[in-house]
Amino acid sequence: MEITTRSLWTLVHGMGFGALYLLACSGAIVLLYLRSSPYVQADSRPAGDRILGIYLTVMAALAWLTVLSGTYIIYPWYRTAPPAGAAHLTAFPRSLLLSNPATKQWHLIGMEWKEHVAWLVPIAITMAAFIAIKYARDLKHSPPLRSALYGFVATSLFAAGVAGFFGAMLDKNAPVDGGQTIRLVRGE
Amino acid sequence: MSTLTANSQDSAPDLPNGSAAAAILSAGIGSFTVALLTIVADQSTTVKNILSIYKPTGALSGVTTFAILAWLVVWAILEWRWRGRNLSLKRINIIAFTLLLLSLLATFPPLGDLL
Repeated sequence: MEITTRSLWTLVHGMGFGALYLLACSGAIVLLYLRSSPYVQADSRPAGDRILGIYLTVMAALAWLTVLSGTYIIYPWYRTAPPAGAAHLTAFPRSLLLSNPATKQWHLIGMEWKEHVAWLVPIAITMAAFIAIKYARDLKHSPPLRSALYGFVATSLFAAGVAGFFGAMLDKNAPVDGGQTIRLVRGE
Repeated sequence: MSTLTANSQDSAPDLPNGSAAAAILSAGIGSFTVALLTIVADQSTTVKNILSIYKPTGALSGVTTFAILAWLVVWAILEWRWRGRNLSLKRINIIAFTLLLLSLLATFPPLGDLL
């Protein structure tokens, strides 16, 4: 059982940071409701006020790790141009997708949207973390502040969902692979 | 600008909401800058080359770096100007959500290509 370094990085980026972020989004919305809804009797201790801020800060760290690893580690491998006259394009995912009319839209729509929309996520969630920390005690009494947090967290969930969906589909159609082989389990 | 009504039930006085307004509006502007630079880079080879500050990643490196810088600079300026003030958060939210929605739409290639 083996894995290449490039496959490992796509796993860390997508299944590690990205998927964890998506999972955390639903938790953030529930926590935001529990911490700020006037209909819920929440923990009134200062430590209770800090939970949402800490949670969103961890999410912001995950979002930054996801976009930075995607943009600066995996994307360069994805878009590497093949040498002129190359017969096999499996090591060049972007060119492989564009070479076939049945798959080129995965790049032209999927990757083109994913690579940009994903960057809205760290912006939105960093702002949400800042507000949750600074206004921890005011959230319950300020509906516009809560609306802003709900709106930006929900938008970050949508944007991360788009990026995650297209990331999975791109990897299915033209996986980023190569580099050194890491042997996980030795065959018999 | 109108002020937000202070909460009378809370024992601790509410913080001025200027810092929140600065963070919300700057996030909307930062998001919109990502979309704006994406469209401009898509339509101009010159801009695309200028934005390719890290060749292996191409124009995406410049689009995101300059958008993040714009977001942080706008945030710092608004924070400096609004820190101790109370502003109409509803109005700020409407502007920020409009920019965020436009960013989502404009980064979608079939729509972005129409602009």
